[in-house]
Amino acid sequence: MSSIRGSRGAEMTMTTDQNTPAPALDIDALSVSFATDGGTLHALKDVSFSVPKGRITGIVGESGCGKSTLINAILGLLADNGEVTGGAIRLGESADITKLTPRQMRDLRGLQISTVFQDPMGALNPVLSVGKQMRDIQYRSNLSKREKDARSVEMLRQVRIPDPEKRLTQYPHEFSGGMKQRVAIAMALMMRPQLLIADEPTTALDATLEVATIELLKELQQEIGCAVLFISHHLGVIAELCDDMIVMYAGEVVEQGSVRQIFRNPSHPYTRALLDCDPARLHERVKHLPTIPGTLPDLRNRPKGCVFQARCALAKPECGQPVTSVEVTPGHIARCIRTNEVTA
Amino acid sequence: MSEQASIKPAALRARSFPGLAALRKILREPMGFFGLALVVLILASAIFADLLAMYDPTKIAPQNRFQGPSLTHLLGTDHLGRDLLSRVLYGARIALLVALGSTALSLMLGIVLGLMAGYGPRWLDAFLLLVFDAMKSFPTIMLALTIVTLAGPSMVSVVMVVVMVSVPGYARIIRTQTIAMKTAEHVTAARSMGAGTIRILRVHILPNIIGPIVILASMDVPVVIGIEAGLSFLGLGVRPPTPSWGTILNDGFANIRDSSWIVIAGGLPIILTTLGFTFLGETLRDVFDPRLKGR
Amino acid sequence: MFAYAMRRLGLGATIILVAMMILFSMIYLIPGDPASVALGPRATPEMIAELRSRMGLDDPVLVQFWNFVSSAVQGNLGVEALSGRPVLTVVMEQLPFTLAMVLCSITWAVLLGIPLGCIAAVKRGGFVDRVIGVLSVAVIAVPSFVVAIYALLLFAVHLKWLPAIGAGESGNLKSQLMALILPSLAVGLGWIGYIARLVRASMLETLEAGHIRTARAFGLPERWIIYNYALRIAILPTVTLLGVGIGHMLSSSVFAEIVFARPGIGKLVYEAISTRNYPLVTGAVLVTTAFFVLVNVLADLVIGLLDPRVRASFN
Repeated sequence: MSSIRGSRGAEMTMTTDQNTPAPALDIDALSVSFATDGGTLHALKDVSFSVPKGRITGIVGESGCGKSTLINAILGLLADNGEVTGGAIRLGESADITKLTPRQMRDLRGLQISTVFQDPMGALNPVLSVGKQMRDIQYRSNLSKREKDARSVEMLRQVRIPDPEKRLTQYPHEFSGGMKQRVAIAMALMMRPQLLIADEPTTALDATLEVATIELLKELQQEIGCAVLFISHHLGVIAELCDDMIVMYAGEVVEQGSVRQIFRNPSHPYTRALLDCDPARLHERVKHLPTIPGTLPDLRNRPKGCVFQARCALAKPECGQPVTSVEVTPGHIARCIRTNEVTA
Repeated sequence: MSEQASIKPAALRARSFPGLAALRKILREPMGFFGLALVVLILASAIFADLLAMYDPTKIAPQNRFQGPSLTHLLGTDHLGRDLLSRVLYGARIALLVALGSTALSLMLGIVLGLMAGYGPRWLDAFLLLVFDAMKSFPTIMLALTIVTLAGPSMVSVVMVVVMVSVPGYARIIRTQTIAMKTAEHVTAARSMGAGTIRILRVHILPNIIGPIVILASMDVPVVIGIEAGLSFLGLGVRPPTPSWGTILNDGFANIRDSSWIVIAGGLPIILTTLGFTFLGETLRDVFDPRLKGR
Repeated sequence: MFAYAMRRLGLGATIILVAMMILFSMIYLIPGDPASVALGPRATPEMIAELRSRMGLDDPVLVQFWNFVSSAVQGNLGVEALSGRPVLTVVMEQLPFTLAMVLCSITWAVLLGIPLGCIAAVKRGGFVDRVIGVLSVAVIAVPSFVVAIYALLLFAVHLKWLPAIGAGESGNLKSQLMALILPSLAVGLGWIGYIARLVRASMLETLEAGHIRTARAFGLPERWIIYNYALRIAILPTVTLLGVGIGHMLSSSVFAEIVFARPGIGKLVYEAISTRNYPLVTGAVLVTTAFFVLVNVLADLVIGLLDPRVRASFN
């Protein structure tokens, strides 16, 4: 089922064969670095995975693991000091989009790729009405102003905003946080993109709203049939919503597979530690929530070999050697030389 | 003995280091370098005016009137035959004297009023705020014209104008910071140990808030120089025959069509001084207190 | 919105009242007797005493203050010493000339300052940004009357491109506009710098905001984002600055009117000083101060119109 691939090297053989359709998003050995005062910061290293059409892929990882850099790289919105230093990003049948001009890249955004950002408070322009902003993002279509507004109303209705005609004339501060996030989802899906990137869209919402928003997202995704890249640090949400998942640590993909594979059989020590720390999965009452000891490695000076070794309970001298990925079961890959001992 | 010897240079270095480092930072910025150079030039011409000037700035020599710039009179002479370069050099004295004196006076008054508003009772604060706002509502020059009408044109009037114009701004900033400091831990502690109001203000509050306001005041020096020169240009400030850049402009303006070098001689030092102080002030602020940026 | 406007106007009125109080105390405290000032050095003590009682200067202070304020509120600023015409009428005759010049200065300061600020923000750190930055500081630093004199010298006396003095022939719009160019250049030059700096700073702040990222993620053209999405917000502090700036421009316009021999409030007051026409001076100060306060109230209301968040906080 899953066509998730490992990074280049031994796993290259299991690339999708000619019969399966191209994935909605395919990232191949992507590396991104930033020029900083303290030297070159390698934010992403050799990231490879793909998001199949019509499926939802989740990305988990602590803050600073490179999730935001990844999104910005896909959108072509890296900061001025950032640069793609290797690898490729392919969207559907297209060629590598990291080679596109800014102008060509802009033509993809909002049409092929849409994004819902984390902070619903700041994601909409405070001095323009919601209707104006929804009309503006349809600027490429030839519809009249009234037809564009009608489409906006239709989308707002789909995300269950009551009285959408009146809402169009209102400003963002007149909406609640949950409503703003639903407006953002409506805007993102209005152009029926191939790929929706959802960057922690529910983190700022409270628990009940979170569930409602997740369900709405799932429903709309099925209706539109787009692929979704869903970023979250909340494992419960990933389990609820996603088909496949990717675990990132310090700018590398450390484990990938279907949600079922990874939750049943976490095969990288980092994934295992993440699951152990998830409050929702704790079976007994504990005084202190467990945490992973240690901090992220310095990304300007990446360790040789495994990135997680400094914090890993199972680390041994061989972890300083270049890591090869191990395929646990078909489609389930972990970047750890001791995978078999982890799962054992 | 040897211990003392080894401590001393270190202590010395520690004391002189911050100043030197700041100076180096200022000089590294092109704007700071240019500003500092101009300010030093102006200060030098004010201090050494006696040595640099080749003529008496007030000596009238009708036979030399309206001479263009030449080797004997580098900036030319005015309608009374006075040497313009000498007048410009002595004018620097007046300009700096008025600017530094009235800025210092405004700063003092602003600090006292600001502390009163910030630390005093509520009603006093409300009243003083209203007064500050009202004072800031007078257009500067209109206020100046009123004061001069009442008190007559003089250097004292100029100082009065500057004080009226700048005190409200300083007082407001001091007030805001005093209110913020009022509840700071060390102030509360001092109060609970029975320290008097004056002592609290002088020892515990003022030293912590004076830095930024001094930088801001130093950035106002060019504005004050502009006010003095402007009023003197209108014939409402420094009285002739005292040499002031503004009065040189006034003399030259009457003869602008035929003897344009007189207004050039009067305006150039004003431009150089305001540019110098502003460039230096901007750099100082960026180096010492980036928070103030964009004020 | 209405309630807010009323509250803001009330505060403005209070400030004007306090300003009157300060003006009155200045007249009272500053050594110098308005009556002897008005009559000049050759006045006899009897003449001064007579005028003092006519001006009400022998009444108790509070009575004087009350008379001053109550008649000012009714629009009675006294009569001019020379012609005997009401001060308010004389001042109002001259006000349009000054306002026209201030308006002209603001217009071109805004038209140049805003684009320059935007360019500097977009090219942040580059050569163009640095040049705009240094030029802004420079034009802010140099006093406007020096700019006025040098502009007169260069463009009117030397190059003879533009008229040197006057407000142009009445009825001839072109000559009036030509006469406006140099004075408004002198008054507005520094404001280009102020506006450019402020727009740059608030633009940089706005471009960091999340909603700009959203707009980019939807593929809106960068130009559109800057001018329709970011500038809308970045412009708000400029409106407040202009409100405060009116006061400074009124000041600069006094110099410009004197240098270019234009009619207007500045020239009126300046000439009133030499003729010791003292009610005219206080009258003009009050009118310009009230105007300044009103403009600031207006600026606050304009902010409300431009920013729905502020508008919401009004209610």
